[in-house]
Parts: sequence; structure tokens; C-alpha cells
Amino acid sequence: MNSTVIGRKLTKAANLPQLLKRLIGAGQQVLAPVRQGERVSFMPATDFSAVDLDYVQSVCSAKEAVFPRHEMMMKFTLTGKDVDMKPVELTAKPTVLFGVHPCDAASFTTLRALFTWDSPDEYFETKLDHLTVIGLSCAMGDSYCFCTSLGSGPGDTRGSDILLTRLGGGQILVEVLTEKGRALVASMAELFTAANGQKKDDHLAKIARRFDGEKVKAQLPERFNQVDLWREQSMRCIGCGACAYVCPTCSCFDIQDERQRNSGERLRCWDSCGFRLFTLHASGHNPRTMQSERWRQRVMHKFSYQPQRLDVWGCVGCGRCSRGCPVDMNLGEHLQQLAEL
Amino acid sequence: MEQLQQMARELLERQQVQVIIGYEAGSEANRRRAVFVRRAEDVSRLIFDDACRQNLATYLLKPEVLVLGKIGMVVRRNTLRSLMQYAVENQLADERVIAIGIGEEGGPRLLPNFAAVEEYLAQLPRGPSAAEKAELKKMEQLVMEQRWAFWREEFDRCIKCYACRAACPLCYCNRCITEVNQPQWIPVASDALGNLEWNVIRAMHLAGRCIGCGSCADACPQGIRIDLLNGLLAREAQQQFAAEPGYGQRKDYALAVFKPDDKEEFIR
Amino acid sequence: MVKTIFTPYRMRIAAVTEEAPAVKTFRLEFVDPQDAEKFKFRAGQFGEYGVFGEGESTFCIASPPTRSGYIECTFRQAGRVTTALSDRDLGDIIGFRGPYGNTFPIEQWEGKNLLFIAGGIGLPPMRCVIWNVLDLRDRYKDVSIVYGARTVADLVYKNELAEWGSRPDVNLHITVDPGGETLEWKGKIGFVPKILEEAKPTGTNSIAVVCGPPIMIKLTLPVLAKLGFAPEQIYTTLENRMKCGLGKCGRCNVGSVMVCKDGPVFTLAQLEKLPQEY
Repeated sequence: MNSTVIGRKLTKAANLPQLLKRLIGAGQQVLAPVRQGERVSFMPATDFSAVDLDYVQSVCSAKEAVFPRHEMMMKFTLTGKDVDMKPVELTAKPTVLFGVHPCDAASFTTLRALFTWDSPDEYFETKLDHLTVIGLSCAMGDSYCFCTSLGSGPGDTRGSDILLTRLGGGQILVEVLTEKGRALVASMAELFTAANGQKKDDHLAKIARRFDGEKVKAQLPERFNQVDLWREQSMRCIGCGACAYVCPTCSCFDIQDERQRNSGERLRCWDSCGFRLFTLHASGHNPRTMQSERWRQRVMHKFSYQPQRLDVWGCVGCGRCSRGCPVDMNLGEHLQQLAEL
Repeated sequence: MEQLQQMARELLERQQVQVIIGYEAGSEANRRRAVFVRRAEDVSRLIFDDACRQNLATYLLKPEVLVLGKIGMVVRRNTLRSLMQYAVENQLADERVIAIGIGEEGGPRLLPNFAAVEEYLAQLPRGPSAAEKAELKKMEQLVMEQRWAFWREEFDRCIKCYACRAACPLCYCNRCITEVNQPQWIPVASDALGNLEWNVIRAMHLAGRCIGCGSCADACPQGIRIDLLNGLLAREAQQQFAAEPGYGQRKDYALAVFKPDDKEEFIR
Repeated sequence: MVKTIFTPYRMRIAAVTEEAPAVKTFRLEFVDPQDAEKFKFRAGQFGEYGVFGEGESTFCIASPPTRSGYIECTFRQAGRVTTALSDRDLGDIIGFRGPYGNTFPIEQWEGKNLLFIAGGIGLPPMRCVIWNVLDLRDRYKDVSIVYGARTVADLVYKNELAEWGSRPDVNLHITVDPGGETLEWKGKIGFVPKILEEAKPTGTNSIAVVCGPPIMIKLTLPVLAKLGFAPEQIYTTLENRMKCGLGKCGRCNVGSVMVCKDGPVFTLAQLEKLPQEY
């Protein structure tokens, strides 16, 4: 699961404000965890004082950096019978995602697998190409975290260009994982010193392994027809899209047009398989009429279909869906139940 | 709690209901979740305390729940008002639900029909709580620019996940205005305009109907204070039209009833 | 202009045919001759037809690949996009993305009897493959078509039905539901499965293609089984809701299958392994 470490350095917590400043100075937009009351969100940070690295989880994931809630795919002007399609801007702001946890970093692997599996996706790939991920190992978790049940963990390097781990005493281990990461470290070499054998394991959160993800995956196909099971699990589900919208790996989308008189745009917007309308035909036929069927789809898609088709989990175990659910649907708990059946 | 569980047990044992919808312990110490108790031996799962905030009335329109049979439901004051509003809006048949009114002095009470709910509600204090009033007042004291800035910041966080709509018992339209696309009334994007229009139009659709349970704001993963917006409109509806939804079976909610003595001339 | 996976071809509406109440066929020609030159598709594939400002809608390409230079699509006016499409006139420009999806394996069908069974608006997805086969007629044995609609007015491609009916190398059985006939109606009266049963096509060395409303398909499959068709010999095309056509938007996911990539053409044998979420 882990990426190969191509360089190991040390830095100091006291260097981080300088690091942020240098990134911004180099023309990067820096998205970092910012606390507003009880909520932490990834927001453009211009000053390190706004950044809060002692967070368990942000409400929304960092996927917006590559897959915004709405995105213009083309513009057009109507000219009589004809149409003038305007070039889309396939450019992205060079962006550094600073201080995301390994689960969020890993989500980019899943998103990349989906968006590029059979054809390119220029919108997504342009943003991903311009993105540098500076991950931050988890020093704490909570009862909603279940990354370890899916073969990942609080110090997983996958998806990060650089992974930071706080070793205590203001010291930070810097694992360099990609060429992008190497270039970034090299561009501000004076902020880093050589590492000499420091280990990160003792400084990582202890996230209990709640279930065997592989076992759940293997059993899901035969569970599909256990209708009562899905109905019981989802009886309290109210069919909103909160789980999907805060999820770092949910990637289902809608395509819709907006028009103002003679000009308009085609937009890609987030969507969710939990919505009744997601699969509703214009004829009125709906392949998934019941919420239990939609809940089953969500679980099957993430833990059976995506692993089968794309060789990646459709979930990173970040727990956002469960923290954010208005009716306390708890994905980790439901998966654990599946594993223990 | 014992009384509640006892009532639930009896309802199930006597087969007066096939399911009790109530609250049980949730993922965390301060979280509660809805539970659907169908066997008398499971009534020990039922709990009730201040953390039981979700308006369970919303489940009365869910097909999976309706097929379970006759429903007993643990209902707080606000949920009772939702039941009354369902009665007014013809969304629920009388005696479809046996309500177990709870959270008031005198312990849980069985309310087998709308008349009993109406009578019970009549004895309870009305209107927003002192804390709610204080918050509304604070909002009203803001000058227009400040109010605008406040709501812009709130709606800026909206991701259009529609958790507010799903959690709200009165957002039951089979085809919500946000899904009506001929024409497209509400911009599809979750941007400044799209978010503003969604939230404001939703609030308008609830004006004079909202019973102030706050489930919308509780449901919002982004913590948007939709309850305040609805609260302000509820106050407006009360002041302008004497609307007090959810206290009676009379159809008199503000924006849908014609009165010959309406103070506005255009409608007379 | 930067082209992306979501950039449509500009297509000019070259002909409009009113097929049935609220059902129209558009003939579409590429505005850019270079696009026309490059464009290749095969029977069974579909595309996203877009009205700029209203959105895109998914239909099969209803014309055969053996006739190049244009494509045709037949659609029923139902939602926002099909209503807007329906309002377009001759000469208007609309968008088209595609072709997407898999195809009917018509090369494998060479030397076999072919049986096409369609109901109502289920004929358009099949028209492409019917014409493709008829344009290469000597490669196939018997070609039979069983087509039914609720009423005479609801039958689509009326001129082509007449043409197929007059061809000696096509066995055509047209029917309307009881009560859907007119005084002048000379075809059969009765539901498609019953007419199929009466026609008694052989299941030996044969392929059946079925497309129509779910209830018609449900009642037709037992008849096919009785005629000796194995699940591997029966094909259909699924019409799940789609948006991207590229296996990304998630809408047409059924089991581990993306209907837009792995379908829309499936054999009954394949469908029997999928959850019934279509």
C-alpha cells in the first residue's frame, strides 16, 4: 500500500510558517486545515496562524482541489440556429494541499483510478497535475476512523508527495515520496536537515482495526440478495447526499446546462447514488426505488464493484460520512456488522 | 425511561402497533439515533433525553417504514406539531400513528389520534424558547448589510447535499422545486447564487408551515443556521398572519389560505 | 478550441420525421466535414445528444453504420432535454458526443437466422442493427421481425415497416395491442409474446434481439425459451440513465458493470448474472 520513500529529511515545527510563506511566494495556492468554531475546512491559507494541524478530521474532504462541487466544462453562445462553443480553460492554479491526513492523500489514488480508468479526464487531470500533496501523519483519531480496516493507516504514505510526521519536541520527519516532493524540498533546502534513522511508528495514532476489509469484499457479492440486511441497516437513512458530499472518494456526478438568454455553460456537479432521482428515468421507471437499495449500492460500489473493476477501495476509512450523517448512519459499524455475520 | 419502555412494550404486545419508532444510543456518548423496535423484548433499546433531537416524523413518509404496519412513535413537542401539520396538509391519516408524547411534565402520554395530540399540545407552552428568542432578536438587530454578510457567509458553506430537506418532515414534495427543471428555477451549481436561491426558496416554502424543530440545522454537515432563517420567517408569519402551525387541525396556514378580509387589497 | 472528452460534435438537423405522438426522428449531419470523415461507429452504440443550454440526453444511434455521412436518432419527448430537442427545427445545430458503448456482434451472427422483437419505442435501438443486417443481407439466413405497439399511431418508422413488409427476404409481423387497432388496420392484433408464439421462429442456429418495455421483455423471454433459444442466443440493449457515457459519472452502474462502457448490449446470459437494477 505504501509508496516508496525516495528521501528522508527532518524539519522543525518552527519552520512551517516559513515553508508556507515560501510556497505562497513561489506562486502556489496553499489549501490547509483552518478551524472555524468546531469545524475544520481546507481553505486557502495565507498565514500559518490560521492553520490548525491538531485536527482529527475536516468536515468536507480535500477532493474539491481536483473535483470541485461544480465545474464548468464548456461555455457556449447561441447564434441563431448555430452555436459557438468557447474553449474551456484547462488550466489550474498550482496548489499545495498542506496538512491533509493520509486518508485524504490516499483518496487521490482512488479518484485518479476512477477518472482515468478508460479515457482521460482533462478537467480532473489538469488539477491533479498541478497539485502537490504535503500529507501529515495522524497523531490522533476517533471512533469513526477505520483506515486500518482497509489496509491503510495513520502513517500511510500513499498519495502524498511529502509526508510529515511530528516526532515530538518540535521535530518533524519528512518522507519524500515523489519527484514533485523532491523538487519542493530542494527548492527550500535550508528548511530541512538530513534524517538519521528516526522512526515514525511510535508517533502515530493508534487506530484499532475494526473489521477485515478483504473479508467484507469477498462476501459482498453473496450478500447482495440479503434484502433484510440492507433494509435493516438503512431503515433510518433519510436519503440525503451528506455522506457522498463530504466523502473524499465519492465521485459520482451530474452534467447540467445553465443558460442566460443566449449564452450558457455546461456544468459538472456532485451527485449521489443516495438520491432517489439519481437513477430515475424520464419514463418514471426507477431501477433503485427504495432507500435500502440505494444504501446497498453505496456499500457495494465502494467495497465490491470499485475494488473489482479498478483495483482500489472506494473508501479510505476517514469516517467523514459517519461524523456528518444527520441520522447517525455509521459506515464502519455497518461494515463491521457485515464482517461479523 | 422505564415508563416509556413499558408503554412501548404494551403497545407491541397488544399488537396495537407493529413498530415503535424512537431513539436509541448512537455512535458517541452525545449522539442518538432513530430505532425501529418491532419486538417487545427490544424495548430496552429505547431511551429519551435532551440529546434526542431528530424529528422522527420524517420517517412517516418513508415507504420502507410505512410497510411495517401501524406505528407507535416517541414524540417530542416539536414532533407532535409536525404530526398536526401533516394532518392539516393531508399527509397522514388519523390514527395511523399512536404518539407517545414525551419530554413534558407528567411523563410520557399515549396520544392515539390527532384530537388527543391537539388537546395535549394545547396544554403546553407555545412559541420559541427563551434562548431561541434571544438568538432571533440578535439577528433582527443586525442592520441589513450585516445580515446580508451573515447569510452570505453561511450559505457560502452550503454544498447542496440536501440533508436539510431530507431531515425536514415538511420537505416532503415528491418533486422538489430544486429538481423542477422546465424551467430550472434554482441554479444547479453549488455557488453563491445557487446556494442562496436554494436556501431562501426552501425557507419561503416553509414559511408559515415550519414548526421550528431545528432538524434542518442539526442535519447540516456544514453547520449552516437554517433554523434561524426559518425561525425569522416563522415569526414574520406569526406577526403578519397570526400563523401558528402545528397546534391544530384547522387549515389556516399563512400562504395557502384565502380570507375575504385579507389586509392586502390585491388579493381581495 | 481545446477539445475535451465532453466536447460534442456540432450536428445540423438535416431531416425531421414525426414518427408517432411525441416521437421524432432527426437525421443529423456533421457541421465540420473533418468530423464526418473521422466518425466511425458500429451497430448498438449510443451517444449523448445535447441542446445547448438545456443539457444532454442518451439515445442509441438509430441509423446503420453502413450508411455514412449522417446519423439518426429517434426519441420520445419526456423531460427537459427531449422537450428542447423536440422544439428544434431543420437546420438547427445540436451537439452529439459518441459513439459510446459496445456493439451487437453481428459478424458472429453471420450464417444464422435473426429474430428481432421490439415493442413501441424499443424499435429505434434495433433499427440500426436491422438495417445493418439488411444492407449485408446475403450473410445471414432468415431475418424475422416481430414489432408491436399499443396503437397503430404508436408504431414508429411506418414507411420502413411497409418496406420491410414488402421484401421477400424479411418475415415481418406487426401487431397492435387489442383495442389499439383502427378500422383500416390490416396487421395483427395481440401482444408481442402471443404473436411471437404464433410466428414460431426456430431457435436452432438463431439469434434473438429483444427490446421494449420491461413487461414485454418479461413475457417474451419464456416464449423464446420454449422456441429453443438459450440465454446466450438472446440479446438486448439496456437503457439505464446516463450522463457521461464514459464510465465515470456512476449513474448506470449495475453490479460491477458500467452499462455505458460494458453495455448497452448484453446477452440474457450476461444479464442473469447482474442484479436487476436496470
